[in-house]
Amino acid sequence: MSWVGICELADVLPDTGVCALVNGRQIAVFRCDDSVFALDNYDPASEVNVLSRGLLGDAKGERVVASPIYKHHFSLTTGRCLEDSSKSVNVYPARVLDGRVWVNATPQQQTLRARRRLVVIGNGMAGMRTVEELLQLTPDLYDVTVFGAEPHVNYNRILLSPLLGGEKRVEDIILHTPACYAENGVKLHSGDPAVEIDRRRRVVRSRNGVEAPYDRLLIATGSKPIVLPVPGAQLCGVVTFRDLADVDAMLEAARCFRKAVVIGGGLLGLEAANALVRRGMDVTVVHLFATLMERQLDESAAALLKVSLEARGLKFYMPAKTAAILGAQRVTGVRFDDGVELEADLVVMAAGVRPNTGLGSRAGLRSERGILVDDTMQTFDPCIYAVGECVQHRNNTFGLVAPLWEQARVCALHLAEVGVSRYRGSFTATQLKVTGIELYSAGDFAGSDGTEALVLRDPRRGVYKRLVIRDNKLRGAVLYGDVRDGAWYSQLISAGRDITTLRDQLLFGPPMAPGAEAEEVRA
Amino acid sequence: MTTAPAVRTTCPYCGVGCGLLVRAAADSVEVAGDPLHPANFGRVCSKGSALADTIGLEGRLLHPQMGSARVSWDAALTHVAEGFTRIIREHGPESVAFYVSGQLLTEDYYVANKLMKGFIGSANIDTNSRLCMSSAVAGHKRAFGGDLVPGCYEDLELADLIVLVGSNTAWCHPVIFQRIMQARQLRPELKLVVIDPRRTPTCESADLHLPIRSGTDVWLFNGLLAYLSRHGATDVGFVNAHTAGLEVALEAAGSSTYDEAAIAQACGIDPRQLSEFYQLFATTPRVVTAFSQGVNQSSAGTDKVNSIINCHLLTGRIGRPGMGPFSLTGQPNAMGGREVGGMANMLAAHMELDNHEHRRLAQEFWDSPRIAARPGLKAVDLFEAIHAGSIKAVWIMATNPVVSLPDADRVREALERCELVVVSDCVAGTDTTAMAHVLLPAAAWGEKDGMVTNSERRMSRQRAFLPFPADVRPDWWIIAEVAKRMGFTRGFDYDSVHEIFDEHARLSGAGNDGSRGFDISGLAGLNLAAYEELEPVQWPLTEKFDSGAPNPTSRVPRLFEDGRFWHADGKARFVATATRAPAHAAGEEYPYILNTGRIRDQWHTMTRTGRSPRLAGHQPEPFVDLHAQDALLAGVRAGELARVQTPWGSMVVRVRTSGDMSRGTAFAPIHWGSAHASEARVGALVSPVVDPVSGEPEFKHTPARVEPFVVDWYGFVLARQALEAPDVSWWTVIKGEQFYRYEIAGRGIHAEPTAWLRGLLHVSEPDADYIDYRDDAAGVYRAAHIIDDRLVSCAYVSRRPDLPERNWLGSLFKQGKLDESARAALLAGRLPGARTDLGPVVCSCFGVGRGTLCETIAKFGLTSTQQVGAKVRAGTNCGSCLPEIRSLLARALATSVSA
Repeated sequence: MSWVGICELADVLPDTGVCALVNGRQIAVFRCDDSVFALDNYDPASEVNVLSRGLLGDAKGERVVASPIYKHHFSLTTGRCLEDSSKSVNVYPARVLDGRVWVNATPQQQTLRARRRLVVIGNGMAGMRTVEELLQLTPDLYDVTVFGAEPHVNYNRILLSPLLGGEKRVEDIILHTPACYAENGVKLHSGDPAVEIDRRRRVVRSRNGVEAPYDRLLIATGSKPIVLPVPGAQLCGVVTFRDLADVDAMLEAARCFRKAVVIGGGLLGLEAANALVRRGMDVTVVHLFATLMERQLDESAAALLKVSLEARGLKFYMPAKTAAILGAQRVTGVRFDDGVELEADLVVMAAGVRPNTGLGSRAGLRSERGILVDDTMQTFDPCIYAVGECVQHRNNTFGLVAPLWEQARVCALHLAEVGVSRYRGSFTATQLKVTGIELYSAGDFAGSDGTEALVLRDPRRGVYKRLVIRDNKLRGAVLYGDVRDGAWYSQLISAGRDITTLRDQLLFGPPMAPGAEAEEVRA
Repeated sequence: MTTAPAVRTTCPYCGVGCGLLVRAAADSVEVAGDPLHPANFGRVCSKGSALADTIGLEGRLLHPQMGSARVSWDAALTHVAEGFTRIIREHGPESVAFYVSGQLLTEDYYVANKLMKGFIGSANIDTNSRLCMSSAVAGHKRAFGGDLVPGCYEDLELADLIVLVGSNTAWCHPVIFQRIMQARQLRPELKLVVIDPRRTPTCESADLHLPIRSGTDVWLFNGLLAYLSRHGATDVGFVNAHTAGLEVALEAAGSSTYDEAAIAQACGIDPRQLSEFYQLFATTPRVVTAFSQGVNQSSAGTDKVNSIINCHLLTGRIGRPGMGPFSLTGQPNAMGGREVGGMANMLAAHMELDNHEHRRLAQEFWDSPRIAARPGLKAVDLFEAIHAGSIKAVWIMATNPVVSLPDADRVREALERCELVVVSDCVAGTDTTAMAHVLLPAAAWGEKDGMVTNSERRMSRQRAFLPFPADVRPDWWIIAEVAKRMGFTRGFDYDSVHEIFDEHARLSGAGNDGSRGFDISGLAGLNLAAYEELEPVQWPLTEKFDSGAPNPTSRVPRLFEDGRFWHADGKARFVATATRAPAHAAGEEYPYILNTGRIRDQWHTMTRTGRSPRLAGHQPEPFVDLHAQDALLAGVRAGELARVQTPWGSMVVRVRTSGDMSRGTAFAPIHWGSAHASEARVGALVSPVVDPVSGEPEFKHTPARVEPFVVDWYGFVLARQALEAPDVSWWTVIKGEQFYRYEIAGRGIHAEPTAWLRGLLHVSEPDADYIDYRDDAAGVYRAAHIIDDRLVSCAYVSRRPDLPERNWLGSLFKQGKLDESARAALLAGRLPGARTDLGPVVCSCFGVGRGTLCETIAKFGLTSTQQVGAKVRAGTNCGSCLPEIRSLLARALATSVSA
């Protein structure tokens, strides 16, 4: 291991420390007069990387740093913890050469640390993505144990619609095979949901009574579909659309029955309805509002969408508020508050989801709509992290996949103790997974006072585009029929770039936009 | 497709009178220069090259009409004849008039003149040549005793100095200009001086440009006369033997108080340039002074002509190779019209109305019941008399006075008041046909057959290569039929143009015996075959030639070679030309001097050239050109709209600051009428002041003011089919290839832009394939209507005149099916991906734009027009664009030197 230059001596104020990332390791470097000392930045007592921010002092003639958390004192020369020697830290050779600080990252004294234990609650996309990222960063830091409620390995939930529609098979949507778990030393308890978190003992208990102690806990319990509080919601033949079991139930119904009602004209409901039509059912979509996907589309795009879905055989009854689900044992129909009844052998409730916070709340983690996390995806318990649809971050909850990936990345970095990145929220864009329908929605697509809109309509080709601009910045977009430029708009929206020079050609995408810029310069 | 043998004919545009070879097949017509024609030797300009585009039947007048009702020829002719007869009976022969045109063939002209002067007995027949070169005619008559152009085109090639006065030859007589340029290439010592208030493309090639103040030509040439006289340039022998009146002329020219600095100041030019010009003129014996409308169209037009001729008489530089004053005629057959006497102050065949003997000769020859005894009313006065009600019937042939006459709104008003307005024309929708009670469908170029005479007195056959469509008839037939129905059966029983021409030739020789310059009696008695086959030939032509031989042998390229002129004493006259400022000066209210003129690729009121997409590309819109500082002062900006207002009328046109204008001057083209623009008839603005001698209006000097025409939006519509004139504040229509382009602008923001745009494009079906783009905040709207994947129309609107490039969008009309990217590109208003803008078309023949040229010049470091031609073909066909290419080359050179 060779010496690494950290900084100029002058960069470190006398009697303070700085933190350096050397070969993936956080090292706290302290300056006392003109000599330097290097220790782990990690404070074993509080289990966080904070030592570089500690106060320097003298304890009975020994130069020490006091951890800012629980005030344990660590010797600058030996790393020994004065209060609890089992919590000692590594010390690294450090020196000053020609005014520059050098550190050798090979520990002078290595304190042995056992492999740490990470327990993951939730075998879904967000949790497993975090594990995957983590294993790439530090394959050896943790023993990982995963509890999953579903009796499956991890699969791509987004592809449930194509699965339901027969466009994909179950194998196609598997993300991690059992072998993957084994290879990476991940212990999976599938079909055995975690039922309790004992924060005092740092233990998770499962329904089957498995107890898994943890050093770090990751909650990724996802969300639960909303079941409308109407009479008959528990009848046989009333399903939600969340997991493989729901798909199986719907496929079963599609084999035996004809008539289906899907409650909810949002993304999920339309995907389900379209898939059921493909499976030969006579499907009516019932929606509370007059426009479909009102959270993602404006009226024009929603109207186009409705027309193309109708062309695919979907029927619509909207706006309509479901009053009751009819039937004795199995569902026979749906009644609305206007008195109209529709026959149905299958009712799919796709009226939205809510974060699944039960476990976390019961364990006393602060939750509102979701489990609250900070920008490092840490909950109010520093040992417990949470990602995915179960969390509430900066007052947002999440239903789309892109933010999950970002959260997983940030969370993994912090679990790997190289936590330098922060999650600041995602800019999200929606795409509908109905084959042949291209739809993209992002940001503030509806606009309001003070916003300006660029609109393109090509009804014959079924293309509609609307960009919303405020203060010369792109704020939102709805694309229908041609979503090729969606990624570019996402970029522009999240970058908050001034689009004045692009405006004239903005709606026509990046291939032409450079020309537009050149034109502007010429003009 | 079989190739028909080429028909040898002549071009119907300017007075150069180029010979053309036309190959007409079932569905196509090819036009090329006639290599054997002595006017052009195979050359042809952009307008001539595009003739094939203009001969379709769209927009043609094909049937006689009374009001809007189609009637039979018999009904129409009878109505006209009875109307004229009745009005003559009730109010006398002076109560009717013909207003004819330099577009008529000699035979048509002859018959019209004969009917009016010999049979109706009035001289109220005038012509649009009055607007063009009547000052030259009057100047010729005063100096030479006859309307005689001394030289020929060859003189331009033989000269050592060519002075172009008031002539944008490069654009208005392009083939002449090409001959000059070629001569300069062979003999670089041939100097070219251009005298023009405007820096025209002609100046690009000149050794010296004198940008004299508008209307100061007489100051300049009086000064020259004095200079020549004081510097010993007088050809004393010639002056003594062959001229009279020098002393008075010199006195009027201020010879005794000669002050070069004062002259330079009066003309507003650098004294060094002035003296350079005078020296050059004095020391170069072979000098041709060619002049055109900048001289003629002036309240001192005739004096300007004579001040030029004076200088040639003084130096004896006339009637000799490479020398002489040279009037460049505007129209293809203005000279032919003058030959037959088709103007209000002439009788016939260069005979004079006030000459008793001439009147007797003509009446006897025609065997006519009466003969006009006094001059009729010249164009401006003629329409004034219509306005006043003293003329109650007018027959307008082959011209569009509601656009082309000065104070044109008053002309329209006059026609509104007129009891009987007959219009014979080949096109239907002009400002003038709109005023007609009776419309008579006349034959167009390619259908009509007869004789024309060009600027160098060369008569050429204009031959037909197309049948008469529908009810169309030649003008001579129409006039003769009316004459017969008026009871003049004997004089108008013609079967063919040949018969008429023969009569015309005989009349020119009748009682002539060398007393009149115009004599083509040598062509009298030509048999039909010889007439059909007649090669281009210059008059006078007195020598009889064997009628079996196809061509006359005598060759008279120049007049006055023997120093003999056509005044009674055989001498030429110096004319005392006192300087006289233009009639109206600029002042506080109207601070600019409005100059008018032609642009390169349009002709007159665009009834024909307006149909050619190729010709529309060069300068597609009506405009006013201003000095950039004047534009700033007037509060108008290049690319935006301005109202140009004079005491007589106003127009709204696009502002341009080309850099060619001097401070205080404005230029607007003459071509646009109501058929092509909402409000761009420059004639309406022009003061009706005329030259006291020639009666030619002062088209080039009207005080005007320029003010912003504020609009809320600019836009354009491209449509495969012609649309009705859009209901907007301003518009102009431009013919494209397979589409029409409407430039529009308007006031008021539309509350329902989508509905408005659909209305503009005439899209009524709700489920039409209609695509659109809206940026309400920026006021940007774009829309297109598509049927069967083919573009039908599209529209672009913006608050600023920053609209998409039209050429590329127009090219989509030629495309077959529009694919997905083309649809998107339609709304983007541009080709996907980066590309160069073709830019405004410079070379019409090959459709090469300025962008392409600049890029090519820069890329290959080109320095000559030949190199440019080799790369992109621009300038290799008609050559009309060579001055512009030259200036692009010069600019590129300047940039690379300074870089």
